[in-house]
Amino acid sequence: MSVHSKLEKFEDNWRTSMGGWFPGDKVVLRGKDVFTEVNHSSWMEYLLFATTGKESPKIARLMEGMWVICTSFPDPRIWNNRVSALAGTARSTGALASAASVAVTEATLYGLKPIKGATDFLYRADQRLREGESLEQIIKSELKQHRSVYGYGRPIVEGDERVKPMMDFARSVGCDAGRYTKLAFEVGDYLSASRLKYQINIAAVCAGLLADQDLRPIDFYNLMILGFSAGAMPCFIDALQQQEGCFFPLRTSRLNYTGGEEVKHWRV
Amino acid sequence: MSKKFSEVISSRIWCETPELDNPFAASSCVCCGYDVYNDLLKNARYSDYLYLLFKHKQPSAEQSALLEGLAIALANPGPRDHSVRAAMSAGVGGSTHASALIAALAVGAGNLGGAREVFTALEYWQHCHTDLDKWQQWIADPPQLGREDIWHPMEHAPGFDPNGISCPTPVKQTLAHLVEVGNSETLRWLQACRTQLEDFAGCPLAFSGVAAAVLYELEFLPQEAEMLFLLLRLPGAAIHSLEQERLGWRKYPFFGDGFKLTS
Repeated sequence: MSVHSKLEKFEDNWRTSMGGWFPGDKVVLRGKDVFTEVNHSSWMEYLLFATTGKESPKIARLMEGMWVICTSFPDPRIWNNRVSALAGTARSTGALASAASVAVTEATLYGLKPIKGATDFLYRADQRLREGESLEQIIKSELKQHRSVYGYGRPIVEGDERVKPMMDFARSVGCDAGRYTKLAFEVGDYLSASRLKYQINIAAVCAGLLADQDLRPIDFYNLMILGFSAGAMPCFIDALQQQEGCFFPLRTSRLNYTGGEEVKHWRV
Repeated sequence: MSKKFSEVISSRIWCETPELDNPFAASSCVCCGYDVYNDLLKNARYSDYLYLLFKHKQPSAEQSALLEGLAIALANPGPRDHSVRAAMSAGVGGSTHASALIAALAVGAGNLGGAREVFTALEYWQHCHTDLDKWQQWIADPPQLGREDIWHPMEHAPGFDPNGISCPTPVKQTLAHLVEVGNSETLRWLQACRTQLEDFAGCPLAFSGVAAAVLYELEFLPQEAEMLFLLLRLPGAAIHSLEQERLGWRKYPFFGDGFKLTS
């Protein structure tokens, strides 16, 4: 009996309109010749086009500002950067350090989950407002269901020093606060006055700014994945240039053992 | 004299005693109450030590046999597996060996045959246990998160292969072996109800489904199961990557004629 797998028609057959390399000839991205049609794009414009299909120097510039102001703090104590610093002190390679730091950036407390989550929340909240719910109802139901609202509250410190410089930059490139940005701050006002005292953090600000530019949660997520790399790389280089193994070394007494005192013997 | 530090790493798994001449070197390491280099090294099997690390206790004979069997079944998914292909893609290009494993982890982490599928399948086991009606209900109407996540929603019932036709022989052989050695009501139930579950899912049981069932039986949490599944499949990625590195890119498919740009 012959049974055909669903996979058979895909064997040696990948069809795409996204783009490709024609060896020795040309490169095509979303229907455009890379060497002749997008060769003068900035790298961020290229990334925006590759990721979303949008051609917008303004959005690319806004995104670039986010990368500089919001996501690339060169501090090796920050967890994603710390991975690169550890790679440097352990004498690993820069690419491995960067790859690991980028992967670690897909975190819950910071980075990519709040970035995607905050954009998603603003779109959902806006929709529910249009359907007649109050902002208070929306926020309370979000907290009830998820116990948090992405884009609000922050570990280590309460306020977010990036909010003002980012808004200043956004205005400077012609991205004034639109509907979603205003909504982001209104949510922040509500939560900071609540018993939770959550203040708006940069994820909600950027989510609002990009939603106002018609970017979806997945767009913001895709565009920000590499945005943390410029913070990680200096941490790697710094650790690499110092004595090997000297990045915050830990003596054995820095381990606080909280397990039982009983010494056991393995049953053979 | 030992310095006091306000910031420490708390762990109920691992305890160290310093060497007399160096506070930065351990003279003994105790894992969950067992001396690693004076006891486990001499007496424990590797898979039992893995169990100890995750569950903080020595496994029973049946638990040991289950994990040992699962580890062998998963150790090499073979060169057609997505995660192994990722590692080989690192190998043929002469990438770092760490990148080959990072590639295997990244690809093998997903919802299709990967560690996230095992995570989700474990959640199904925790909710449905061995209640066939609950399985039918959850497969037909999967739980919704209610907001977007970095993980895409599952596109098929977790633990089953949406591209499969019938349950592959190695999956059935693995399940049969684990039923034989594990004395597990869960696995006996899975073996007995497999075809009904496959009817609910519309596709056959996969290795991810067997792994989830074994790890549920071993009382792993979803996140523990996800981690262990990632670990257990790395040996195959490593050796196939090394093999293709040695053979070179000319002997590795580039799909030169299979790529078609449609516009």
